[in-house]
Amino acid sequence: MKMSGAHVVLECLRQEGVKHIFGFPGGVLLPFYDALYDCQDIEHILVRHEQGAAHMADGYARATGKVGVCLATSGPGATNLVTGITNAYMDSIPMVAITGQVRTAVIGKDAFQEADITGITMPITKHNYLVKNPEDLARVISEAFHIARTGRPGPVLIDIPFDVNKQVIEWDPSTYPKKVDIPSYRPNIRGHEMQIRKAAQVIAEAERPVLYVGGGAISANAQKEVTELAERCNILVTTTLLGKGAIDETNRLSIGMLGMHGTAYANHAVNNCDLLIAVGARFDDRVTGKVDKFAPDAKVIHIDIDPAEIGKVRFADVPIVGDVKLVLKELLKHVQPRPWSEWNDQIMEWKKLFPLIYPKDGKLYVEYIIDQVGEATNWNLIMATDVGQHQMWAAQYFKCRKPHHWISSGGLGTMGFGLPAAIGAKVACPDSTVVCISGDGSFQMCTQELMTASVYELPVITVICNNHSLGMVRQWQDLFYKQRFSQTSLEASPDFVKLAEAYGCVGIRVEKPEEVRPALEAALKVRKKPVVIECIIPTEENVYPMIPAGESVSEMKQRTDLEELKASLNTDSEAWSFSEEDKVLSEYVEEAESVQTP
Amino acid sequence: MTIGNLMMTQLEHHHVLTALVENHPGVLARMAGLFARRGYNIESLTVSVTEDPAISRMTIVVAGDSMVLEQITKQLNKLIEVIRVVDYAELPSVLRELALIKVNAEPRDRSEIMQIVEIFRGRIIDMGERTFIIEVTGGSEKLDKIRELLNPYGIKEMVRTGIIAMARGPRTA
Repeated sequence: MKMSGAHVVLECLRQEGVKHIFGFPGGVLLPFYDALYDCQDIEHILVRHEQGAAHMADGYARATGKVGVCLATSGPGATNLVTGITNAYMDSIPMVAITGQVRTAVIGKDAFQEADITGITMPITKHNYLVKNPEDLARVISEAFHIARTGRPGPVLIDIPFDVNKQVIEWDPSTYPKKVDIPSYRPNIRGHEMQIRKAAQVIAEAERPVLYVGGGAISANAQKEVTELAERCNILVTTTLLGKGAIDETNRLSIGMLGMHGTAYANHAVNNCDLLIAVGARFDDRVTGKVDKFAPDAKVIHIDIDPAEIGKVRFADVPIVGDVKLVLKELLKHVQPRPWSEWNDQIMEWKKLFPLIYPKDGKLYVEYIIDQVGEATNWNLIMATDVGQHQMWAAQYFKCRKPHHWISSGGLGTMGFGLPAAIGAKVACPDSTVVCISGDGSFQMCTQELMTASVYELPVITVICNNHSLGMVRQWQDLFYKQRFSQTSLEASPDFVKLAEAYGCVGIRVEKPEEVRPALEAALKVRKKPVVIECIIPTEENVYPMIPAGESVSEMKQRTDLEELKASLNTDSEAWSFSEEDKVLSEYVEEAESVQTP
Repeated sequence: MTIGNLMMTQLEHHHVLTALVENHPGVLARMAGLFARRGYNIESLTVSVTEDPAISRMTIVVAGDSMVLEQITKQLNKLIEVIRVVDYAELPSVLRELALIKVNAEPRDRSEIMQIVEIFRGRIIDMGERTFIIEVTGGSEKLDKIRELLNPYGIKEMVRTGIIAMARGPRTA
């Protein structure tokens, strides 16, 4: 049938099962948006800044495992996507970004709003396309989705010039490729049989094994297999920032996150293990610190879908290239049960010696806020974060129970990611509770997306941990730059409650620990509005434990008051309690509901 | 991007890689970008079409130890349009390069220069009043040597193609 390029694109997206696109229109996208006007099957979420669109598509993908789709016009629209695309690339998130481009006839002539976006995004996409002929659209789109979601997932960009969208061609939608085969792209998903057997043998021989699980286990949906391996062999599991959710963190075999701000016991475990089983993890520098001193006595089994990750940072004694889920399934056929070991007792001992702990001294700490968010939701929520101290505290204290419940910018560390990512997650999972943990610095980088959440009546809860500073940079200045706090004060900030209200959201300010839970309970009752809870927290708090950049476990810094806190933990249980704060709670509920009525 | 004064025999840490790639626009930019971004040092790079017009063949000479080489090979393979990468260090193979050298050729020097060219089995493909253009093919070492011998006459200009490689015997890339 005869249809325009834009109609072909929409039909292809429909056939790919796309339900939502996050985008922002512009001149060269007029034919596309015109076609979209009649489109029933795909909901377009109009963002306020293209960066938001990319992060939303990213959050959408992280919450579901499906390919997120974002759309921007040529030139500035496209370049505004760049941060979001890079973020998805660094964390291997499946995404298709579609950009408008100037007419083919004027490409390369510095036309109005022209930017060479395929050139710009070459190093930050898994692949990209400039479609110069509408006949190629269907093939390119099918390839883009295939590439984005298979192998090591990643973002793919499709640049479509104005005339390609506009031109009418003869196309039969039933010819849309159901199966894609790119001869030069055939990821190896089945691990090598011999290597898998060897891995099983190495596991059987190990005395002090540890599982080190990364985001690859989440993208492969391998929670069941990771847990089964851990339980059968009684191997404790540490996850990376992106691996959170690969095992239920309330499982006794979970020892939390490792790395720079990981738990001391996870880091000690890795440092002293004789076998490190790396599953979908890439030995990032925030995990390893000084590479030579990372797990120095360990043999390494490295399972990853991307052959280039194997041996990139750390030599692998048993390299296995393949899909984490399939490889683990195969491995489980060969591994024998192992009893709980003395080695595990040793790790538990470290856990007692160096617990994650914070003071209950009447001040409001992020650790406490995270605990309360968890308890208020029975730890059944999607938690998105921004980047900085609050992110690390969230990673330490959020007991992630399911894959896709933790959405955080790892590789790129993108401030401003949290809110739009949470919005994307909420669009994908409207029935899930979505809470964004943010900071006063990060939040102000994509604040405008509150409007998007407001317009689409998305009850995303944003908790701004306001320490009136750029906390993580401040922490480094505090520890390594002689307290010369250069340009990290955010003393002058907007009134976040009023700001929230100005965007049509519910705003709540919290200054004391006992106000946290009521505020959360109130926020959870709001059905059709985003909620912003501003928590005023101390400025001078630092995140511990901390292994300084490029150092090893032996340089780990602990809280100076660790011993006191441990002692107080044994004597008085809770200095104060929130359970009898029903009065305050009802007050907040009333307030929230009164704001909610249109 | 030439091998310059380095001789292949000295190039223990140099590798000749061949990549078969889809003949699409932008492939070269992707390859070059990858090398720049990951900090790999390209000594030379040649691109041309193969017996199959849909496929191009790139021959890349890179510096680095075996770890670096492994990463380069893997990263190249990750590019969607790269079909296959072969390292010729492991294979009995023929390596060739072509150079065009424009050298001063005063009448008194001409016969000497012609002798040198003959010894190196080169050809004089252009003769001006005061210059020759010499075409010579061979391994990089041979080209380095003729350049050295022609230097005293005054080399005005030189261009080299960079190495291309092919495995000996029935094996293909």
